Amino acid sequence: MTETAINVQGIGKRYRIGEAQERPDTLRDLITTNVQKAGRLFSKTQRQIVNAENTIWALKDISFEVQKGQVLGIVGRNGAGKSTLLKILSRVTDPTEGYGEIVGRVGSLLEVGTGFHPELTGRENIYLNGAILGMQRKEIDSKFDEIVAFSEVEKFIDTPVKRYSSGMYLRLAFSVAAHLEPEILVVDEVLAVGDAEFQRKCLGKMGDVAQQGRTVLFVSHNMSVILRLTQETLVLEKGRILMRGETASAVDYYLNLGHAKQGERIWDQDEIPASAAPFRPLSVRILSSEGKVVDTVRSVDGFDIEVAYKLSEPITGLRVGLYLNTTRGEPVFTTFDTDAPEKFDTYTNRDSGEYISRCHIPANLLNEGRFVIGVNASSYRIKRYFQDEQVLTFTVDATGAPGMHWPEPRPGAVRPQFQWEIERDGL
Amino acid sequence: MTAQYDLPKVILRPARKWQGIDFKELWRYRELIYFLTWRDIKVRYKQAALGVSWALLQPLLTTLISWVVFGILLKVESDGLPYPVFVMSALMPWHLFATSLQKSSISLVGNANLLTKIYFPRLIIPVSAILAVLVDFIISFFILIVLMLVYRIAPSWQVLWVIPLTLMAVLTALAVGLWLSALDVQYRDVQHMVPFLVQIWMYASPIVYPISTIPEGIFRTLYGLNPMVGVIQGFRWALLGGTPPDLTMLVSVIVVILLLISGLFYFRRMEKTFADIV
Repeated sequence: MTETAINVQGIGKRYRIGEAQERPDTLRDLITTNVQKAGRLFSKTQRQIVNAENTIWALKDISFEVQKGQVLGIVGRNGAGKSTLLKILSRVTDPTEGYGEIVGRVGSLLEVGTGFHPELTGRENIYLNGAILGMQRKEIDSKFDEIVAFSEVEKFIDTPVKRYSSGMYLRLAFSVAAHLEPEILVVDEVLAVGDAEFQRKCLGKMGDVAQQGRTVLFVSHNMSVILRLTQETLVLEKGRILMRGETASAVDYYLNLGHAKQGERIWDQDEIPASAAPFRPLSVRILSSEGKVVDTVRSVDGFDIEVAYKLSEPITGLRVGLYLNTTRGEPVFTTFDTDAPEKFDTYTNRDSGEYISRCHIPANLLNEGRFVIGVNASSYRIKRYFQDEQVLTFTVDATGAPGMHWPEPRPGAVRPQFQWEIERDGL
Repeated sequence: MTAQYDLPKVILRPARKWQGIDFKELWRYRELIYFLTWRDIKVRYKQAALGVSWALLQPLLTTLISWVVFGILLKVESDGLPYPVFVMSALMPWHLFATSLQKSSISLVGNANLLTKIYFPRLIIPVSAILAVLVDFIISFFILIVLMLVYRIAPSWQVLWVIPLTLMAVLTALAVGLWLSALDVQYRDVQHMVPFLVQIWMYASPIVYPISTIPEGIFRTLYGLNPMVGVIQGFRWALLGGTPPDLTMLVSVIVVILLLISGLFYFRRMEKTFADIV
């Protein structure tokens, strides 16, 4: 016996782009464009062509249903339309076309701390933020102590939040949001707050929410969170639903998306956020011991992961690093090209130019399975230029690995060759 | 399951161009109106040493300045009333109107982070901005009472007219504020324009001079096209006596109603795009 909580049919959202020319931003523009329009009145067709060129469908033909009590994950790259979809579902913006029905109150957490006012105290902000997120005052009264306890800022509850550390601020903001109790909860990447311990606590809280039979739509870039909290997942790409399926297979599908050439990821200019400058990632490759680009490596062979990038300006303290995760989202390791002290000293400054940072992964390290490579380029405590946690996936084939004469699966992400001594007592 | 029928059902569909006001929904969101108003009041006097006293000081200081400049130096006539009382009785509703207009016209852009993240009836934003100003007005009203006692002017039953007149000043500010705030979302020119608008509007209203300087007849009636003329004239009459409201008042009331209805419709029409273009 199931009930439908969300049902959307053929939802689409069109935005205008290149607004600077088309949409007047100031009254002066408005007047001049209207004068021009008057001049163009007789050539209507021409104007319509201009309009079509300046619009983009952020979402197109989105149809899906969510049953009451279901926790649905939504994954997709930046710009795939995830946020737009959540905005439509939470009624922040209207669809351009299509129809949808939602049964129940929708609570949206598109960003924690929405409406927090820096001049107000923690206590005052709990009430204000609660009201903004749709809680009744009675509800906030009854949950106040719980919210404060969860946030761990009891001592500063009567201090203006502008004096809070950023961690305290986020903890308080998340605590208010986590105590919302709408029938349908729409969550966008809010778990990436605070320190590791608080994140664990948040995850636990979200797990509880999911178990209370509430309908949850959950957007995240963190595949391990998606795998942990959701049973089914939608994959969005360029404003369309590519697939919907059981989370593990949807995540695997998503991670393999758009890698035309296996074992290699090349970035186009328009995929790089402007904030990355002067760092410009070019490509990531997996190279076998023979120097070929591969997407399957044998665990008994070593291989290289190569990051190519260009600096348009010199950067001080740059470190280029790799994350390795399993496709289930468990971290395996994190490593940076200047981890070794002598490298750290040699490369305090990098001039502009093209670089390759190559990491050698030794033989007999990884277990069989699929792994995800992520890339990070940052200057410690100064700036994170670029980060992409899902750059490439590859498969490790364990043929010939230690212990393979027993054809049983070995749990664990790594399968190193250890030195064993076997001694017999009494000899 | 009966629960299904108790839950609110929301329909998502492309925005219709014109739509009315959903009063039921506004009522459901009344606590948000309360909290946003409360926030504006709290924040205004945070970290100000004199705190809420500013609600009293502002009209008092403006009165003092106008008294010195217009009453003493320029010797503007005041229908035979003591100039400070004369000017303050007009500055009270004016201050209410001007501040409400300023606050409400920039309110949407000032709350852009809310508009782009959370759904709620957008009307709440300019309305709560004005309500916060109204609370200041009520505080400052007590000074006027004190000032009147000092000059031994006893108000008559007419003083009750202050309530509908205050409402009219608020509605005028809301009407213009709805237009300007919705325009401000797209055209930030509004923020530069409003201070001048308020200044011009002030001199176009009988604040530092009495309405009797305008020749009676058709001119004075047309003068009522500025709705604040009706409000100010009414305030003076209600508090101090003198020229009673006439046809001018009627013109003002009609203008307010027209402005308010058109403002509401324009606002409702534009609000669907706020989150996309703010």
